[in-house]
Amino acid sequence: MKLDTSGLESFPSLILHGNDVAGEISAPPSFDLPNSNDFDGFLKEAIQMVKPAKGTTTLAFIFKEGVMVAADSRASMGGYISSQSVKKIIEINPYMLGTMAGGAADCQFWHRNLGIKCRLHELANKRRISVTGASKLLANILYSYRGMGLSVGTMIAGWDETGPGLYYVDSEGGRLKGTRFSVGSGSPYAYGVLDSGYKYDMSIEEASELARRAIYHATFRDGASGGVASVYYVGPTGWKKLSGDDVGELHYHYNPVTPSTTVEQEMVDAAAA
Amino acid sequence: MARYDRAITVFSPDGHLFQVEYALEAVRKGNAAVGVRGIDNVVLGVEKKSAAKLQDSRSVRKIVNLDNHIALACAGLKADARVLINRARVECQSHRLTVEDPCTVEYITRYIAGLQQKYTQSGGVRPFGLSTLIVGFDPYTGSPSLYQTDPSGTFSAWKANATGRNSNSIREFLEKNFKETSGQETVKLAIRALLEVVESGGKNIEVAVMTKDNGLRQLEEAEIDAIVAEIEAEKAAAEAAKKAPPKDT
Repeated sequence: MKLDTSGLESFPSLILHGNDVAGEISAPPSFDLPNSNDFDGFLKEAIQMVKPAKGTTTLAFIFKEGVMVAADSRASMGGYISSQSVKKIIEINPYMLGTMAGGAADCQFWHRNLGIKCRLHELANKRRISVTGASKLLANILYSYRGMGLSVGTMIAGWDETGPGLYYVDSEGGRLKGTRFSVGSGSPYAYGVLDSGYKYDMSIEEASELARRAIYHATFRDGASGGVASVYYVGPTGWKKLSGDDVGELHYHYNPVTPSTTVEQEMVDAAAA
Repeated sequence: MARYDRAITVFSPDGHLFQVEYALEAVRKGNAAVGVRGIDNVVLGVEKKSAAKLQDSRSVRKIVNLDNHIALACAGLKADARVLINRARVECQSHRLTVEDPCTVEYITRYIAGLQQKYTQSGGVRPFGLSTLIVGFDPYTGSPSLYQTDPSGTFSAWKANATGRNSNSIREFLEKNFKETSGQETVKLAIRALLEVVESGGKNIEVAVMTKDNGLRQLEEAEIDAIVAEIEAEKAAAEAAKKAPPKDT
């Protein structure tokens, strides 16, 4: 089974055998697959092993001023919270962001790899790659590894010549263009807040507040999401981090504790009355 | 698979690649081809050897499409051209598939030139014996371009260029007479350049114009004849004006 490992190359290989040139430009490098009695079972096990790890909440949406991207920062292994400070918004290049959901290593590696490919495209073609092109490059690589246990649920958000762009790409090989996405175990809760509060004509402040609130609500209800709610904005001049608030503090920001009368005070008042 | 232990394209002691130079000779024997870039269009003209009576002339089109917005004309070995054109057409579609956008003229020129170069640095193969003129419109900026590649694999952009038989004379003519033109003027300039080395007549020239909105349009023989007639008339008028004594104003 030939795998598209062009993502692992950073420069074209210079293998030129006698008859190599007459055929393809250069055969893509391939590696052996593991010998196991039950290959399908092995694959299923590998996929199941990483499946629960999409414990996260990430969201992104396009609005009048650009793209807003937000995510939590909790990493969990089953019931154990392994980290509260994971960077889930990956900076591919100064004008494109990717979000991480699924296997952390997979997301980080392939986003970095995508960054390399985008830069090479810029150098070769003297123009930036479009969000469409970048997301397609990633989707093609992930598709060629389909069924091999990669776990990636990412959104590619950026600003190019045609304006703001947002694509959802996953390790099943799917790629969707859209204006509102949320990915992860906390996404149903985030969608609820995002969809009911969304308007295309929002200002940057309104949009960032909506994104932050959506992440907060998801972390409140989903055990696998938490930590810090980061919000990034992608505009015509590139991306900018707008805020990073601890969701515990956000809880009291949205639900302030009103100093009500204590029991002792009530008894004093009753006695006085 | 037999391994060739001696590449066919090797350096000579004084630094020449003889196979590449011989390939350029083959190009020099090929039909003349000229390309002129205008402000809003690009024109390609190719010399057509008079068709044999029984030959269906429509099957020997010399100016071909690589994509909706890119066209190519070449001089040299036509069989090599077919192979190169097919690879380029596949690459154009492959680009559309991987980045969901049409490729720029520079991209496909770079690809074709890269392919031509590869065959000068491999064992057991000979270089492609053709130089190409590639024209088209940049899908992002909408500006017209004209590029030329040659068997060594080099490429560059041109305002106007010629290749094939007597290309030097055509280029000299273009250098003397080139100016920024648009529309019909560019077509006339290209045909005038080609007429320097080709017998005049619509059946000896194939001309195609590429515009941003309408893609590639091959000119009918009748149209070419009409333009040739115009050019001849202008030439005659210019001759007459030179011969007549200058009028006092």
